[in-house]
Amino acid sequence: MLNIVEISNLIVKYPDVKALDDVSFVVKEGDFLGIIGPNGAGKSTLFDCMLNLNTKYDGTIKFFDKDIRKSKDYLKEIGYVPQKPIFEKNFPVTVNDVVRMGLKDESNEEKIDDILQQLWIHELSERRIGELSGGQQQRVFIAKALVTNPKILILDEPVTGIDQQSIDLFYSILRELNSKQKITIIWSSHDLDAVNQLANHVACLNRTLFFHGESEKFFSDDKLVKQYSEASMQEHMHHH
Amino acid sequence: MSLEILTYSFMHRALISGIAIAILCSVVGLFLVLRRYSLFGDAIAHSSFGGIALGLLAGVYPLWTAYGVSIISALIITKIKDRYNISGDASIAVLLSSGIAVGLVIISLSGGFSIDIFSFLFGSILLVSVNDTVLILALTGAILIVILLMYRQLLYSTFNEEQAKVSGIPVEKINYLIIFMAGITVVTSIQLVGVLLISALFVIPNVTAIMYGRGFKQTAIISMTLSVSSVVIGIIVSYIFDITPAGTIVLISIGFLAGTMGIKSAGLLSKN
Repeated sequence: MLNIVEISNLIVKYPDVKALDDVSFVVKEGDFLGIIGPNGAGKSTLFDCMLNLNTKYDGTIKFFDKDIRKSKDYLKEIGYVPQKPIFEKNFPVTVNDVVRMGLKDESNEEKIDDILQQLWIHELSERRIGELSGGQQQRVFIAKALVTNPKILILDEPVTGIDQQSIDLFYSILRELNSKQKITIIWSSHDLDAVNQLANHVACLNRTLFFHGESEKFFSDDKLVKQYSEASMQEHMHHH
Repeated sequence: MSLEILTYSFMHRALISGIAIAILCSVVGLFLVLRRYSLFGDAIAHSSFGGIALGLLAGVYPLWTAYGVSIISALIITKIKDRYNISGDASIAVLLSSGIAVGLVIISLSGGFSIDIFSFLFGSILLVSVNDTVLILALTGAILIVILLMYRQLLYSTFNEEQAKVSGIPVEKINYLIIFMAGITVVTSIQLVGVLLISALFVIPNVTAIMYGRGFKQTAIISMTLSVSSVVIGIIVSYIFDITPAGTIVLISIGFLAGTMGIKSAGLLSKN
């Protein structure tokens, strides 16, 4: 299988702390990778580096075998869903406006329609984004990420502050995107159970990478799960 | 009387220039308002005061020096703001006061100017020449074409910079483009409402239009309609009653805002 992402010896230093210390892992085509770790573990820093939002790092990040310092073309293949996007409640844009922002032409109208239907937001398309619930907004941003036909979907703790029913729908959509549309998914989460149900690979991050491998291997090993569950990672961080 | 004034050629020029400026200010202003940069137009206008004084002192057509000074100082202040991490409102205050300070020093050095400076402070739309009108139309056309071609990128980087960057949109360049267009728009509009009331044209029609709870294009169209109506009604009413056009235009646009608030309070608009 093709290596979609290859991260080698990634180090990010802030003035008084190393946010990421020697992190290396590979994501292959079709993987559904769940990245787990407590707050402050470096998940968002890792994503910022991968998305070229933070360029002050040592080590290499390759997408499709190309160093991202040399070519930014890979960004076209990525759909990114940020953690709770921040915008003004009365920002005058509808769902239709949001999913089309940044697009160069209107040629893929049919595809946009399909995506809105697939994500159950078709009927909301003329509503302003600020009027929608957290779960509905999150689906709009997934739709937005999908309209450019990405090969990879990167999601940064996408269910923070969303009700359980919306979370369930959201997870079933992710599963379908990965299994049916073969989109590689890289997803950071606090929710160990959800990672267990959805991801086929797991990475445990707490500034360094504690574990990276198949999720079956991770979740069948009680010791590993206990060791890397959020509580113990928090404690670990405390000691440092 | 009311129909007769429409036969004067100075009135034609005033209305044509006024309509163009109204459209331009509402479109460029929408991006500024949504970026929480409402007062940036005001700050550029004040810095253009320095440019106007410089032009009068040097014997150059003051609007040319105003274009140069305000665009350059707006771009510099944006660069300083990003580099030294100064907040948006503080950088606006710096730009605003330094423009006025430069203008005052130049005026005092020259021993004071004639009445000219007042027409720049308060506008003089009834005095626009044919050349001015042509320049206003050309600049309005050019900026509107740029915005039409790029509005999805402009909107995306206004809505969420981070996501726009990840989508490969050159957000920094777009930010400078918006500042550049705002600089041109402000100086172009000085003839209509003057330095002191310029931000009203940027802000009031847009704040009003946003209340109607519509999408982006409709909001922009509502804002343009309100802005053009305020300017046309303002110019005609001010001529008939012999009062200042700038103040009248702004008061009419405030009237639209108050009316919209009334409609909204009566529950006739959606919650947003």
